[in-house]
Amino acid sequence: MVGDVAPNGGGASADALSAKVVVQNLTIRYGNQVALRGLDLSIRRNEILGVIGPAGSGKTSFLRALNRMDEFIPGMEVEGRITFDGRDIRRVRNVYALRSRIGVVFPLPVGLPLTVYENVALAPRLRGVRKGSELDEIVERCLRRAALWEEVKDRLDSLGSLLSGGQQQRLTIARALSQEPDLLLLDEFSIAVDPVTTMRIEEVLKELKHEMSIVLVTNLVQQARRLADRTAFFLTGEHVETSDTARIFSGIVKDPRTHDYIEGRFG
Amino acid sequence: MTGTAAPLFAGTSLNARDRKVEWLVRALLGLMTALLILPVVIIMALLVVEGGPVISWEFLTSPPVDGMTAGGILPALVGTVWLVVVALIASVPVGVAAAVYLSEYAPDNWLTRAINLAIINLAGVPSIVHALFGVGAFVLFFRFGTSILAASLTLAVMTLPVVIVSTRESLQAVPRAFREACWNMGATRWQTIRRIVLPNALSGILTGIILEVSRTSGETAPIMFTGAAFFLPFLPQGVLDQTMAMSLHLFVITTQVPDAPEALPFGVALVLISMVLAMNALSIAFRMYVRGRKKW
Ligand SMILES: Nc1ncnc2c1ncn2[C@@H]1O[C@H](COP(=O)(O)OP(=O)(O)OP(=O)(O)O)[C@@H](O)[C@H]1O
Ligand SMILES: [Mg+2]
Repeated sequence: MVGDVAPNGGGASADALSAKVVVQNLTIRYGNQVALRGLDLSIRRNEILGVIGPAGSGKTSFLRALNRMDEFIPGMEVEGRITFDGRDIRRVRNVYALRSRIGVVFPLPVGLPLTVYENVALAPRLRGVRKGSELDEIVERCLRRAALWEEVKDRLDSLGSLLSGGQQQRLTIARALSQEPDLLLLDEFSIAVDPVTTMRIEEVLKELKHEMSIVLVTNLVQQARRLADRTAFFLTGEHVETSDTARIFSGIVKDPRTHDYIEGRFG
Repeated sequence: MTGTAAPLFAGTSLNARDRKVEWLVRALLGLMTALLILPVVIIMALLVVEGGPVISWEFLTSPPVDGMTAGGILPALVGTVWLVVVALIASVPVGVAAAVYLSEYAPDNWLTRAINLAIINLAGVPSIVHALFGVGAFVLFFRFGTSILAASLTLAVMTLPVVIVSTRESLQAVPRAFREACWNMGATRWQTIRRIVLPNALSGILTGIILEVSRTSGETAPIMFTGAAFFLPFLPQGVLDQTMAMSLHLFVITTQVPDAPEALPFGVALVLISMVLAMNALSIAFRMYVRGRKKW
């Protein structure tokens, strides 16, 4: 299974063994507009991969491609090869099984029109969990990990959409965790969350990476610095470089533009 | 902004004119609305005053007698209920299924757009044309004869486009972000529809159906040649029987029975319109109930 994973530009050849996802020559278009061009990158097991870059650089598009969202986004076209555990995701017959292993959190929370409890119980129900006690247990565990349990444990039966914006975002994270994913995609999750809660979620992410790979798209360069093991820098559809976060932030960059961006010199 | 301190909120000549225009527009629009309501009020008042005295328990529960110049309207009342119920059984499952397909599954291509256009056009076909179609298709080709079945199927075909359009609109009112969130979790289309889309569109779908019922119960042309009888003092026993119907009965006693008492048609019309209003009230109450627990 590992044999068909080709080496890629993102890191050392040890990547081939430890990579969860390998992206080769990924190009994403919307109509005739190119959002991402020729991306080569890998996502390792149990790492947080930070993705930074100015607006419109293709970060969100990259996450979409990983979950095969292009199938329901009009006009979005994806070229290139993405393997997940060595399997080409284009060739995966059961796209539902693929997506259920990938948790996605977008910038603005989407509270499904269900109760807090049902929001988190939905994914387990979809994969066939029926027993009430088992569902209760999953719901509590996911809400705890998303640092939300204490605030909602007395209102599990009220609508998720009645929670505050920051609470809804944590509900969305709890919902993603309820899928028991091996890959978690976070797109600027802290945009609607206060700094204190952001810090709590960041602590949670550090824990979670022991169980899964995490891609953290963020506009906060310091957030990438705090959390990411490696950081990728995108610029208007171009993958400028990916390197160990510590190296990038100590000024060891392959491309001066990376340095300019993290120093806030353009954007 | 200027040097002299003008009193706060003092009107300039310009906004004095604006305010006059505002007043005029409001008065004009209000007048138009009043004009619109007037006929409805007059019709209802006339029906209640003229037809009210005719209505009695006896009137609702006995068949017409003496060449339809006396007696009640029971067979017509029961017949209309039969026609509407059978029409609903035929049109609702097909219409809702088609709307779910068009809204949730159909790719956005020229064929889907053509089908949508065809459905809208179908809704504009005059009911007499549907009547002729019903005679050809259900009475003759499928050999249902003139029967409740043939008449109801004709009504069903006629109401189908409206059921589809109103259902599709209710489905489309559920935000797309909910669907995408579900698909992203690995839910299939159907799981998403069943757990998120349908439960939240249900109120709108039911409201549309109830309004459809009220419209159907007043139709005359589509049932006239396909299953509704001029005079039939018995209650229908099954879907292959003919039946009287309120709308046709009203038409008959006003045009074909010269010596019917003058108040009789008003009474029949009052009962028919009360049925329709009751159903509309039901749909409005339902909508209000559901809006109270709207989930987003
Ligand atoms: N659904 C879409 N249809 C058309 N063009 C799109 C769509 N989504 C993104 N784009 C375009 O693709 C390019 C990359 O967008 P993308 O959302 O991936 O950027 P991003 O890096 O996530 O930006 P931001 O930091 O502002 O979220 C942009 O030029 C954008 O206009
Ligand atoms: Mg984005």
